[in-house]
Amino acid sequence: MLLLAAVEQNADAPDLVAQNIAFGLIAFMMVVSAIKVVTTKNVVHAALYLVLVLAGVAAQYVLLAAEFLASVQVLVYIGAIVVLFLFGIMLTRAPIKGEEEHTRNWIGGAVTAVGLAALLGYTLIDQYGSSKLPEEVGIGRAEVLSDSIFSTYLFPFEVVSILLTAALVGAIVIARKD
Amino acid sequence: MLLNEFLLLGAVLFCIGVYGVIARANGVMVLMSIELILNAVNINLVVFSVMNNDIAGQVFALFVIAIAAAEVGVGLAIVLVIYRNRKSIDLDQVDLMRG
Repeated sequence: MLLLAAVEQNADAPDLVAQNIAFGLIAFMMVVSAIKVVTTKNVVHAALYLVLVLAGVAAQYVLLAAEFLASVQVLVYIGAIVVLFLFGIMLTRAPIKGEEEHTRNWIGGAVTAVGLAALLGYTLIDQYGSSKLPEEVGIGRAEVLSDSIFSTYLFPFEVVSILLTAALVGAIVIARKD
Repeated sequence: MLLNEFLLLGAVLFCIGVYGVIARANGVMVLMSIELILNAVNINLVVFSVMNNDIAGQVFALFVIAIAAAEVGVGLAIVLVIYRNRKSIDLDQVDLMRG
């Protein structure tokens, strides 16, 4: 529904047709896959649908001219995190063939999600109804990004690397057998 | 392109992720739904970065990706330990601390 509203708003913006069609197709694929991720009974299928969503996000980054983020998205999310998920599914022998996994409180979840979507959609359409993205995107090149990371955001960058190390060590300590 | 297309896509992904966190009982599925939520946030960060012609949003999206990787590592380790101790990753059965 929300996406239809966005497409309707877009009808009076005939420029950049190719990008808009690409956006619509990818967004549709992402939403369908995301719904499959949270509803399918087969956990392995859920992980594979998650790959589709993540690849769609990477494609949206390309549409926004953020190539470096797109490649990081593919490397880290599709390359590493999904593999981690598949290992987790394998090691926990989660019910693969759509056995039980009782769904808990799906009505509450659906009400919350739809209510939240309505609220967010109304607010966004009200606030940013016709704001356009700039046609020429000047940023997003890896050069600008790296300049920013290694000057303005150097300290948070180092903190994130320490956090990653700590998380790695912590995961090993938690999961090892003894 | 309109700003709203991307913002609404992010909102829809976020809500689907929230539904997954609330409705699924499988620990691994809850972690996957959290990934959906984090990706929705990242889309918002990047689109506002392009909108305002400010690279900071993309830097923060990178940080979010790094922290998501750390979160999945630790989260899956915890789910693994739960499975080892209880032979099940049904989150409704993990209620030892319920009063």
